[in-house]
Amino acid sequence: MAGVEILRAGPGVTLQDFGRPGWLAQGLSRGGAMDRLALHEGAALLGQEAGLAALEIAGSFLTLTARADLRIALTGAPMRADADGSALTWNASHLLPKGARLDLSGSPGGYSYLHVGGGIGAPETLGARSAHLVAGLGQMVEDGAVFEVGPDTGGRTGQVLNPLARFDGGVLRIVETPQTALYPAETRARFTETVFRKDARGNRMGQRLVPDGDGFELPSGLTILSDTIIPGDIQITGDGAPFVLAAECQTTGGYPRIGTVLPCDLPRLVQAPHDAVLRFEWVSLKDAVELERREAARRAALPRELRPLLRDPNDMSDLLAYQLISGVSCGDELEEA
Amino acid sequence: MADAGTENGFPAIAALGVDGLLVRFGAELTEDANRAALAFCAEVAGAGLEAVVEAAPSLPSVYLRLDLAAGDPDSLRSTLREILDGRDWYAAPLPGGRRLWRVPAVFGTDLAPQLDEAAAAAGLTPEQAIESLCEAPLRVQTIGFAPGQPYLGALREHWNIPRKTGLTPRVPEGALAVAIRQMVLFSVSTPTGWRHVGQTALRLFRPEEKDPFLLRPGDEVQFRPVPRDEFEAIRARDPMGGAVAEGLH
Repeated sequence: MAGVEILRAGPGVTLQDFGRPGWLAQGLSRGGAMDRLALHEGAALLGQEAGLAALEIAGSFLTLTARADLRIALTGAPMRADADGSALTWNASHLLPKGARLDLSGSPGGYSYLHVGGGIGAPETLGARSAHLVAGLGQMVEDGAVFEVGPDTGGRTGQVLNPLARFDGGVLRIVETPQTALYPAETRARFTETVFRKDARGNRMGQRLVPDGDGFELPSGLTILSDTIIPGDIQITGDGAPFVLAAECQTTGGYPRIGTVLPCDLPRLVQAPHDAVLRFEWVSLKDAVELERREAARRAALPRELRPLLRDPNDMSDLLAYQLISGVSCGDELEEA
Repeated sequence: MADAGTENGFPAIAALGVDGLLVRFGAELTEDANRAALAFCAEVAGAGLEAVVEAAPSLPSVYLRLDLAAGDPDSLRSTLREILDGRDWYAAPLPGGRRLWRVPAVFGTDLAPQLDEAAAAAGLTPEQAIESLCEAPLRVQTIGFAPGQPYLGALREHWNIPRKTGLTPRVPEGALAVAIRQMVLFSVSTPTGWRHVGQTALRLFRPEEKDPFLLRPGDEVQFRPVPRDEFEAIRARDPMGGAVAEGLH
């Protein structure tokens, strides 16, 4: 049976897809991949639908062997990828022959993804294969685990794309929440003037940010009635530091939320390395809707951005025999060269 | 009652995130606002609005997520306003098929170590606190935070105590915690700012079951204080944690 066998999995390796929409009323958040854009990129590289499950590697490492000829793609935070001694380009698709051993290491932090043609197979629970550890759904991937692989429709490998730049921190655009008005105008302005650093305390539930300067406590904040909370919401807990909610967040929360990060900017947050500098910038709801639609259109057009990894990959009988590019690559070196 | 609501500016529609709207029936949790939220959510969920991909009630409000490819927040806002104007949501009845659950719980001891602290915050002795928390059935006002997890209320006014400034690193599944005139019965082990006053052996989220969520909004729950040894015996023998349900009419 086609599949992969996990030889060694570091902490925080899970199976992820787009999660489980529709259970919010029952208290179950959508969950799914932390960097949803990476799932789209992987799907484009393999020419398949984006909802298939991939392995998410959270600042960790992974070694596996292919039990059949597999098409794979590597997206998200760029790692060192090695298949039986050959370095593989990141943000690209490759053929992994039966019996080959794939080593993914040297994570810069953030979330890396290994996609397989046909998707990683596992039984669905409540409509998805994603692990949702907070809810007790699924589990971390462990050494020795064997996964089936779904039927691969086949297609080309040796494709590469330039990922949207999102691996070095930067500006996160935010919209107002129903509680933003509780904050004095001075505090709201200071929020966008403050430089934040990404704290080591971050996981699939959310990410704490450390302000360079005073915090953003709201004295009346401890008696706010709990209400619906969504990924991207910036919750200010008791210590005044912002905590940005992520894929596996709770569904209701009672701490005040100063703003909400645009979904299209969440990959930039989750992929920023520890200690990276992040800032916030207010945008109007109207502009935010436009930015989201533009990003959705760009995502849909990803397949048209693919380029061959080599000039003519069809002429190469065994891509793995070639040292394509040494070491870690973001996939943009070819253009710069 | 609709007039009382609209006079205060409710129901109000606010944006929640780029692709969501929050319809609020009050700034505070009242019985009317909670019933209005449950009924309005059911109505919108059943209306088959193309742009709405998710509808979920919370305490006095309803969250609607839309597909920005299929609709626009502004036009959804107008549609919702029409539905809101269509009837007096504050007079809506509770959902049908409600049940009363009686659930044994240990209060205090090392299983629920913040009882004394919570009682003091409410100006009660620990004994009075237990009596007050168990004297009457509490309504499941919403399910949220974690899968199948109820917010129960409303407690008497003296329980209008704030959350703690710091978080308790971890309370176990089945923990009962109190703040702002509500109790939460935790469905997963989690950090919380609410004070851990009681412990049950209830499993509220059972993903392996056909219906994985035990409680529904509108259900009622009454706790029965039991000594620790009785609790341990229940926990050892009964996967339902000693809970029994009867229909409410």
